[in-house]
Amino acid sequence: MTSVPLIEYRDIARRFTTRRGTVTACEHVDLTVNEGEFLAIVGPSGCGKSTLLNMAAGLLQPSAGGVFYRGEKVPEPNTRVGYMTQRDTLLPWRSVEDNVAIALELRGQDRPTRLRTAHEWLHRVGLKGFENAYPAQLSGGMRRRVSMARTLAYEPETILMDEPFGALDAQLRLVMHDELLKLWAATRTTMVFVTHDLTEAITLADRVAVFSARPGRIRAIETVDLPRPRDVFRIRFDPHFGELHDRLWGYLEESVREGVMVG
Amino acid sequence: MMPPAEAAEAPRVGHDIVASARAERFAILFWRLAIAVVGLALWETASGRLIKPFWISSPSAIWAQLYAWVETGDLWMHMQITLTETVAGFVLGAISGIGFGLALGLNKRLAAVLDPFIIAFYSLPKIALAPLFILWFGVGLASKIVLATFVVFFLVFYNTYAGTLAVEQELVDVLRLMGATRWQIVRKVILPSVLLWIFTGMKISVPYALIGAVVGEMMASNKGLGYLIQAAAGQYDTSGVFAALFVLMIIATGLHEMLKQSERAMLRWKEDST
Repeated sequence: MTSVPLIEYRDIARRFTTRRGTVTACEHVDLTVNEGEFLAIVGPSGCGKSTLLNMAAGLLQPSAGGVFYRGEKVPEPNTRVGYMTQRDTLLPWRSVEDNVAIALELRGQDRPTRLRTAHEWLHRVGLKGFENAYPAQLSGGMRRRVSMARTLAYEPETILMDEPFGALDAQLRLVMHDELLKLWAATRTTMVFVTHDLTEAITLADRVAVFSARPGRIRAIETVDLPRPRDVFRIRFDPHFGELHDRLWGYLEESVREGVMVG
Repeated sequence: MMPPAEAAEAPRVGHDIVASARAERFAILFWRLAIAVVGLALWETASGRLIKPFWISSPSAIWAQLYAWVETGDLWMHMQITLTETVAGFVLGAISGIGFGLALGLNKRLAAVLDPFIIAFYSLPKIALAPLFILWFGVGLASKIVLATFVVFFLVFYNTYAGTLAVEQELVDVLRLMGATRWQIVRKVILPSVLLWIFTGMKISVPYALIGAVVGEMMASNKGLGYLIQAAAGQYDTSGVFAALFVLMIIATGLHEMLKQSERAMLRWKEDST
């Protein structure tokens, strides 16, 4: 694995002004995402994790410090990243295949070519036969798969994922983890994956960054040296997984307790 | 009512569900028909016995009046006039309303500047402009078309504009990250999501277009259903008033139904979301 810094957060802070005064989402954050790695960011809810992704996407500017992509200031928007958000952002008036093909359509690819790519990806995420369905006709898990296919189909250089499986039940999440890792193994796209679930982070990532409660700061960054390919259904019972989990939980626990007090 | 023996039978899945759905539809149709028939019968009986026909006329007298109008060709002529005014006003109002709504929705600066004027005109009861339009455009079709256009314009404009404000920013952002140009975002996100609002605006404005046309006719004209109502009332001809109202009702329902069908065709993705 190369370790060229792809995304760099340099001492950034982000403050929001609300009616009740200024809220600091995160501050003094220094973080580097290397090319080709799978980085997970874990932290309690509302600690400004999503803020980091929005900054990498160029949708939000830091109040202090700078965010750099390949050494340059992140453009607004950063079209080299694909973003899979927590909420569904499929276009409800488009069929599944037209949703998956949209980025290719924007690039001016003709319909047969882009639909061929879309069908390939739909096949890969297990949605063969649903090409002509509308998002509203699908279950939550299926819609997530379509979102995943859409994000992967146009092969962005980096993929940002903001709690993409947060709304799914535990079993379905494992299935999605399995699929995500298999797809990722084939492409090795740089991934930044935000979650509040430590187990999910360790299962998927090469490195895990633990965030504190608001204002979010990085508590620790740990390398997950579990071998790949990983069996997402069993890896939780690996003793080394347990050690990692214990250590990272130590950093997280305090924030979670604080978070409960604040929230 | 339903025979009790059937209720006691164990339900067979599938076939029985289809059958009971059909029975349900049939029952609804039956009750609707029953209400209409009983209502008309009560009206017919009450007329002349309980209440003077002068006040409420009677279904048979109204029917006779309609028939007479059909025979002379009057009905068709008046209907055509009112329909022309309504449809012309509706189309002109809808087109300009959609255009203006989108222009303001996509241009925040312009919207901010024009905001107080829009509110002022929006709050004005549009019907109050009828005398002015008659003064300006005469007693013919033009003044009614302008009135209907004006009424429809504001309803469609307001809905279209609100629709552009309600576009989900997340959908826009996802496309921006995919490298979409401004125009691509307008075409692929903003217009389709505003379409639903535009249809709502158009649907609610159909009866208002008719109101605009009819009110204009009642104030000053010598043709149209509004004129027919006014003229009949002037002669204390209750049957004539009711007959004209009945025709208006049919027209309004027909227009509404037409719009519903076209909406269903264009918003298919919403239809089968069950």
